[in-house]
Amino acid sequence: MSNTEASGWGSRVGLILAMAGNAVGLGNFLRFPVQAIENGGGAFIIPYLVCFLLMGIPLLFVEWSVGRFGGTKGHHSTPFILDSMDKRSLWKYIGVFGIFTNLVVAAYYCYLESWTLSYVWHSIADTFGGKTQGEVANFFGDYVSLNTYEPVVFWIVCLVLNTWILSKGLSGGVEKAAKIGMPLLILFGAFLAYKAVNIEAGENGALFDGTLGLDYLWTPDYSTIWESKVWLAAAGQIFFTLSIGMGSIQCYASYVKSKDDIALNAMSAGWMNGFVEIVLGSAIIIPITVGYLGIDGMKELLSEGGGLGLGFKTMPYLFEQWGSLLGVLAGVAWFGLLFFAGVTSSLAMGTPVMGFLSDEFGWKQKNAAWAFGFAVFLLGLPTVLFFNNGVFDEYDYWAGTVSLVLFALVEIILFAWIFGMDKGWKEINKGAEIKVPIIFKYIIQYVTPLLLGWVFINSVPDIIETLNHSASGEKIALWQNDKEMEKKSFEQQEILAKKADFKMEFLDPEVHSDEQLSVDKHISIPTYLLIKKQRELKKIRKDKKYRESKIANEEKTMLYKNISRIFLLLLWLGIAYLVYVASRKSKFKTT
Amino acid sequence: MSTEGLTMMLVTEITVTLITAYFFFKILVNKKQEGPDANSANDDETVQ
Repeated sequence: MSNTEASGWGSRVGLILAMAGNAVGLGNFLRFPVQAIENGGGAFIIPYLVCFLLMGIPLLFVEWSVGRFGGTKGHHSTPFILDSMDKRSLWKYIGVFGIFTNLVVAAYYCYLESWTLSYVWHSIADTFGGKTQGEVANFFGDYVSLNTYEPVVFWIVCLVLNTWILSKGLSGGVEKAAKIGMPLLILFGAFLAYKAVNIEAGENGALFDGTLGLDYLWTPDYSTIWESKVWLAAAGQIFFTLSIGMGSIQCYASYVKSKDDIALNAMSAGWMNGFVEIVLGSAIIIPITVGYLGIDGMKELLSEGGGLGLGFKTMPYLFEQWGSLLGVLAGVAWFGLLFFAGVTSSLAMGTPVMGFLSDEFGWKQKNAAWAFGFAVFLLGLPTVLFFNNGVFDEYDYWAGTVSLVLFALVEIILFAWIFGMDKGWKEINKGAEIKVPIIFKYIIQYVTPLLLGWVFINSVPDIIETLNHSASGEKIALWQNDKEMEKKSFEQQEILAKKADFKMEFLDPEVHSDEQLSVDKHISIPTYLLIKKQRELKKIRKDKKYRESKIANEEKTMLYKNISRIFLLLLWLGIAYLVYVASRKSKFKTT
Repeated sequence: MSTEGLTMMLVTEITVTLITAYFFFKILVNKKQEGPDANSANDDETVQ
């Protein structure tokens, strides 16, 4: 069954911190505030908390108890954990998602993590000191375009670090990392939140008080509360933030003793994630961005690159406004915080894979860890090399979005309706150190599956659009239509004309070159990005060859995306084959 | 800040902080599962 040398948690606090670290990720700081801004500000918190109560908490109870149940049977990965809950062999193939998702998400997440590590280094080296907003934004573009070897080096460093920690086992590696990472993350977060909230208009170049951003984020717009898109966004955020539907919670919980509590553990880790997200996550990027660029500037930046764009293209420049020493400290704190949030999550993605190799194939912990590292290297390579061709986003969409919802939906049906709710309820309450309200029994049985079903059904149109490459199709259609481009260009120019830092000459590359534009200290980042977009559109309209190359590049992106899909499908089938081999092996052993 | 925004923020943040602190405090005071022996492996798991 299990080759669990040095496996198991060293302490309960370590388990909670590791589980909270699994949940707390970059999304807590980059995704949550953006979702709140885009979905009704303070009113977003209502659907968010409702979804947390009706979907997040029930799924945490289910995944913790499913994990502990499987662990007592000697299994630490979802294929065989689910297999131990019902006789039908179908479940172990459903459980393949619990390995597939972790491998694929780790593949692109480690690359993302390596950006944070690199930016910590650049903050210490004061790379962003004296740079204009345009130069800082271009630094990120150049970075992901692999104009230097540096991104690959940092990515490899990150992979080796993750693998090395994993090879030390749960108590010797993962737990220690969580015990160091989580307190530091909270400390860095508290420092940045304090600084952000205390930004005052007129000081260090700030245009507004930081509290204006908080006000915008928290003032409820109740008119949006009944819109289904707001509820879908809230449900989606709960999924991402709690790391449910991945298979990593089950794996961590499978190392808990059979009579030990899971109810209080689940609540503690879940709410700690909520604290980091709601209290710290809401108080950093939005107040700082609004303080320096105003509400309109922040909105424009969000529409350009979302939270990721704000975090990497804008924040380094804004920190510089706090003076050289504080700027360096803030940069280290911000990217250090994101790094710790990332690493504690990616470690959780390694353990199910290691558990599977150890349990079913008798691999030693160290070998399993290095095998995971190597697999992540191979899978992640396309996301690094073809980032600009949409491979990264494709991995994120299929593994980090669709698979999560699908797996959670099937898992809760298995738990509540096939394993049986009475048996399941007993599992949740076994050894519980808090009284779980009986209402959760009915929520798990009826409400959560229905809610998950609703989320999945609502995401079907988006899945179809993604499959059809609708976004690329729209871009190509626009570039082939001169009238539409002219209309769009006119709209963009109207927005630009209202900006105080814009001059018409900026649109002419012969008067103002790309380089001159990026080093111009008087152009703010929202204006700079809009000018670049406008110049690009103008070039596509005027230069036929350039237009053809843009269309060819977009078609190449569609091709790369299709190849990624086939690659991911083959990976899923490959894991399913390994599960089949493992189950044949164990049957052979028992007979 | 507007009164509405401030109220929403304070009520939510204080509630979430208190609930988190309550659960974490319960974990800290309860030593039942503490120590490597209690958690080092599942009780009926066979180590090969």
